Amino acid sequence: MTKFLIGKNPTRRSLLQGAAAGMGALALPGFVQAQTSAPIKLGFQLHRTGIGASYGRWYERTAQAALKLVNDGGGINGRPVEILFEDDATDPKRGSEVIEKLVNQQGVDLVFGPLFSHVVIGSAPRAAELKVPYLVCSEGYHVASGMLNRWTLQPGITDVRSQIQAMAPWVAANLGKKVTMIFPDFAFGYDHRDFFTEAMKAQGGEVIAQIAIPPTETSFTRYLPQIPAETEVLYHVMVGPAVLTFVKELGEFYGTGAKPAMFGFIDSLEAVDIATPGLEFLEGTHFWEAHNRMKPADAGEHEAAYRAALAVDDNGASLTDAADVATFSHMFSAWETLFAIKAGMEASGYAGPADRQKFVEAMEAMGDLPYGIERPQGAKTFNGKTHQAFGTQNISQVQGGKLVRVHQTSMADGAYPDAVDYTTQSF
Amino acid sequence: MTFGPFLLLALMEGLVSAATLALTAVGLSLVFGVMRVVNVAHGEFFMLGAVGAWFVTQFVPGPPWVGFAAALMLCPLLVAGIATLADRLVLRRLNYNPEATIVATIGLLYIFQQAALSFFGPDARPVPAPFTLRLQFPWFGYSGYKLFVVAAAALILAAVWWLMTRTRAGLIMRATQSDRATAQAFGIDVNRVYSSVFALGAGLAAVAAVLIVPISQAHYLMGGDPLLLAFIVVIIGGLGSLRGTLFAALMIGLSDGVISMFFSPTLAKILATLLVAMVLVFRPQGLFGDRQ
Repeated sequence: MTKFLIGKNPTRRSLLQGAAAGMGALALPGFVQAQTSAPIKLGFQLHRTGIGASYGRWYERTAQAALKLVNDGGGINGRPVEILFEDDATDPKRGSEVIEKLVNQQGVDLVFGPLFSHVVIGSAPRAAELKVPYLVCSEGYHVASGMLNRWTLQPGITDVRSQIQAMAPWVAANLGKKVTMIFPDFAFGYDHRDFFTEAMKAQGGEVIAQIAIPPTETSFTRYLPQIPAETEVLYHVMVGPAVLTFVKELGEFYGTGAKPAMFGFIDSLEAVDIATPGLEFLEGTHFWEAHNRMKPADAGEHEAAYRAALAVDDNGASLTDAADVATFSHMFSAWETLFAIKAGMEASGYAGPADRQKFVEAMEAMGDLPYGIERPQGAKTFNGKTHQAFGTQNISQVQGGKLVRVHQTSMADGAYPDAVDYTTQSF
Repeated sequence: MTFGPFLLLALMEGLVSAATLALTAVGLSLVFGVMRVVNVAHGEFFMLGAVGAWFVTQFVPGPPWVGFAAALMLCPLLVAGIATLADRLVLRRLNYNPEATIVATIGLLYIFQQAALSFFGPDARPVPAPFTLRLQFPWFGYSGYKLFVVAAAALILAAVWWLMTRTRAGLIMRATQSDRATAQAFGIDVNRVYSSVFALGAGLAAVAAVLIVPISQAHYLMGGDPLLLAFIVVIIGGLGSLRGTLFAALMIGLSDGVISMFFSPTLAKILATLLVAMVLVFRPQGLFGDRQ
């Protein structure tokens, strides 16, 4: 050993240099790899079980289909994308634990995907504490109201306030002015209650009764006598596993007798086959739809490709099982949010968790979101100050057992003044 | 709607909830009366019955009533079989120790619930009613099937009554209930009695579930509400008293219907729970229970 060293006669400096170079050479490829081709990991907070399970099933399928499209198109910033799904049981407490697990244990770059407003409201503070972008698909006004934080954004679906404001004039003009509302007894339902009541007042109408029903309720007949007899329009929006029971009992209650005009949010019927026996009474009634479940004759050019990617037929049911009806009017938000993430990461040159703040700033600068395969529901504008996207809404009528679009709102119909400027808040 | 029709609807809704309550609570009450076991998993037997009904109606061809009839025969037997197995494998090995069986049945609750989640899935699934008949009153419509549920429940409860008071099997069960040791001394196989009572209790919950599932839907979390209400009924009526259970089910069911409709369903639950507290304080053995 000594002889060898003497023979080569290296200095201490050259030895150290050599060692450093060798280690650098070993480490370098790994580093380059992380920069260029390690997958971007996105966490998905999924309602796989609990009261949001039917939404969760379809949100997962939609996100997977969008992911395939993103990866087939070269991923994000040239890197492949992975989605890690984590079940939150549609429970706010589990929701914040899921954020924690996805970020601290699974090391995701950001979290997206939740729908139910109580989960979003329960999870957003934890996302802000961890300084992780949290992109929600929840429709609730809690993002644009300023209740949440700078890390929470909603780029994939219009909020309830805007939806309602856009449709109330049509309801008042075409269906009637004395309205009774039935809504779920939690945050999402309160948005409906507050903004529809206000919007009807602006139209010279009046909400004469407000009936709140817990989203875990399984029997509804006992609530229905609270509907005043002079009601002209029954406005209903229900969520949870028992929505089918709700509409069925509504039908039983009115039977063949006189009934008010009905305007429902399609939530009352998401994942439910409209041809189910007992739902015949819905014929002629109207529904809000963000994205028409049954493909309209004048659907956009990307509609067919979107449905094909999801393996959904023109009636909004699974191609393999016609009884497996999609949550079609909501699930596009998972798809559009993934493409918004792609756009935000590309605009910010996102390389890793250190760029999370840059990503949020790039999202805030976004603005116009044109119609395309990235946004199958339709064009939107993203308000960087309120972190909320705004798009168009549809009103459909049940005609011959099919949901047929009879009215489409414009983006201006749903505009309201900003209630918050998140860009002035610190990270 | 005016007061009269309002009350009619409230009473009909109340009768339906009383009927299901009585069916679920009677099983719980039997198990406690004879075995002294507080079966926390009782609601899950209800859920298993409903989920079973979905599977049966799904795979039995023909008109809805054929599948329903098949479910009404098969599901209680299946659930009773599961209950027998649970009794043999778990409860008997704990010597029916009251504290240990509570913990064990909590464990069973989670096992059944998660098994349903794994094999049945997280979604609520509808089961078709055997017939669709809508009664149209001048003021509102009502499901004819719901009234059928009330009639069917009354029949089944009468059968249980007959079984307990008029047959040899009932005599043996009552003998075991009043004094286990003496019954054993007279040559009654107490272990077999326990197994059959546990199976009977679970089977009754399953019958209630098959009857109710066309009105609501099959869901893996549906066992919670019936369990809570069945406990309320059994405590008010007196643990182990059939008569008390029936009386309390009618009282809670009807008052639930009327209070829900005229005030709010939440108030109805608050009052029922308050009543339980009052009964526990002033008459711990229940309205019809024997003082032990």
